[in-house]
Amino acid sequence: MNIHEYQAKRLFAEYKIPAPRGYAAQSTRECDTAINHFDSDEKIVVKAQIHAGGRGKGHFTDGYQGGVKIASNQKEAREFAGHMLGNTLITKQTGEEGRKVQTVYFSEASSIKKEYYLAILLDRKTAQTVIMASTEGGMDIEEVAEKTPEKIIRIFVPPTLGLRHHQSRRVAFALGFRGGLVKEMARLLAQLYKLYWEKNAMMVEINPLIVTEDGHLQALDAKVSFDENAVFQHPEIQQLRDLNEEDPKETEASQFNLNYIALDGNIACMVNGAGLAMATMDIIKYFGGSPANFLDVGGGASEEQVTNAFRIITSDPNVKGILVNIFGGIMQCDVIARGIIAAAKNISLEVPLVVRLEGTNVEEGKKLLAESSLPLATADSLAEAAEKIVDLVKKAEA
Amino acid sequence: MSILVNKDTRLVVQGITGKAGAFHTQQCIDYGTNVVAGVTPGKGGQQFEEKVPIFDTLAEAVEETGANCSVIYVPPPFAADSILEAIDAEMDLVICITEGIPVRDMAEVRRRLFFHNTKTRLIGPNCPGIITPGECKIGIMPGYIHKPGKVGVVSRSGTLTYEAVWQLTQRGVGQSTCIGIGGDPINGTSHTDALKLFNEDPDTEAVIMIGEIGGTAEEEAAAYAKENMTKPVAAFIAGTTAPPGRRMGHAGAIVSGGEGTAESKIEALKDAGIEIAPTPSDMADALLKIYNPS
Repeated sequence: MNIHEYQAKRLFAEYKIPAPRGYAAQSTRECDTAINHFDSDEKIVVKAQIHAGGRGKGHFTDGYQGGVKIASNQKEAREFAGHMLGNTLITKQTGEEGRKVQTVYFSEASSIKKEYYLAILLDRKTAQTVIMASTEGGMDIEEVAEKTPEKIIRIFVPPTLGLRHHQSRRVAFALGFRGGLVKEMARLLAQLYKLYWEKNAMMVEINPLIVTEDGHLQALDAKVSFDENAVFQHPEIQQLRDLNEEDPKETEASQFNLNYIALDGNIACMVNGAGLAMATMDIIKYFGGSPANFLDVGGGASEEQVTNAFRIITSDPNVKGILVNIFGGIMQCDVIARGIIAAAKNISLEVPLVVRLEGTNVEEGKKLLAESSLPLATADSLAEAAEKIVDLVKKAEA
Repeated sequence: MSILVNKDTRLVVQGITGKAGAFHTQQCIDYGTNVVAGVTPGKGGQQFEEKVPIFDTLAEAVEETGANCSVIYVPPPFAADSILEAIDAEMDLVICITEGIPVRDMAEVRRRLFFHNTKTRLIGPNCPGIITPGECKIGIMPGYIHKPGKVGVVSRSGTLTYEAVWQLTQRGVGQSTCIGIGGDPINGTSHTDALKLFNEDPDTEAVIMIGEIGGTAEEEAAAYAKENMTKPVAAFIAGTTAPPGRRMGHAGAIVSGGEGTAESKIEALKDAGIEIAPTPSDMADALLKIYNPS
């Protein structure tokens, strides 16, 4: 689960991690209040709040340039915020559709002496926490990792021991810090690790972390994401979830315990099990089609869940065909068949549907579908099913 | 004719009285698995289906029944603790079915497993379990699709394993053991571990390995196979079409920072001489291209 920069900065403040002071605003009036916190001739950084990187180099759908701008005074800050709020920002991470800016963050402009990179995240391979730091701050860290991997420091922290002083010092010295900055860095890292651990974060990232002209550390940006499996332990984090950042179909699906991800193709699919759902998308592509979604109805879905799943996938206007692929283990094929029939009664099904059922109670499931007089095609193997639906969609388009 | 579990396995079920635990325990008993005990704190002294004794603690269950393997159906907030309880009780094998365990809990469990001279092997979490067809089924897979034989199957995904197994069975090819290692980013048994076990098992002749996007476990398995594997291996990797940065159902199925792509895994596996199934419908056929069942 991701949160916005301004929310992450509030967490930083809670954990005494130094950052420039700042204020979030969601309306013109709130913008005015926020801007009034600054001196009239003070420089103000205006930052659009969306869950995607590359904001500074992004552009808005109306052609306005830059989701992060430095205003030279209050008036200019108001003008920048006016352009951003309610406008849709496109960055290299948002895709063509971009994200609507609902919150703007106003921040004190820092005097930067040098920029660094700092992150704490999980290393899957060793099942440890890894501290990543680099002198190449403010840049795309993946690019740094690819071009100059020697410039990234990695320190592993065993989960049962936690971060130790000597490790924090190693990071500080490796970044070239001396004197008071070493202590300051060790303190910041200890607090950042505490936040990471206590809140079950998957990643905390500061890019850039800066040393100011007067020789102190500041987190200029803040990115925090949390373990979905652990959010239930942290109601205060759960509250930070911004549903505006999620596809409404995905939000709706999650209410029915369905795992749905919208994609940009035109063949919808409904599958049980995450691996098989991915593989079904792959095989649609293999036969020349394009999947409209990932949908895992889980191991033991009910008739009601199947009905809802069907309704959600067909609400996507791009959908020109549907493939249902079920390997019933715990899930029984007749339950799936009943769900499909119930859903098809409620919505007028206008696109071709191919159903492939296998596993527990398969004969009963097939019989129910055959007797339903629904306009659908069946298939015995996954390959046959995928070929059929791709073919039907192509014919309908021709 | 198998690895890890067989007809001599003595199974204890942690969380035997929960809805999922009770249902699948019955299914496993019906398949022929030797379920010797159950554990639900506070329900010690009762019996499951008037047959299986229930204990308050795992230690007590082991002492009384000599169980050597446990399966966990405990809800996610308490599941990691149940795994630690099983390690403390010195189980040979623990299979954790539970989906949704916090990653931080699993990081601690793995530390305990690998650095404290434990004898326990963990399979899962977030997995369908393990089955040696005709002898012992532990977990939630449908038993009837399997057939005793000599092909080992290892996979991160449940239903995709069923798909592979069913393809084999339909072609008359049986399985030695099928292991679901689970879809979480941190698990107990890796693809490499499973390949090693199958390589050393005299009764396994060939292996189907099923992977998916996320992490580098398949690349590591490919490196192992290239140097050591003496048996034919076919593989399928799911997620070629998955968009980067999105978690595809499984907590571990995510391409991030350019790592964990299907392309990188397929390339590594090909380089190791492993036969790649171009689609999930071709898993058994890919294996049969390079392996003649005896």
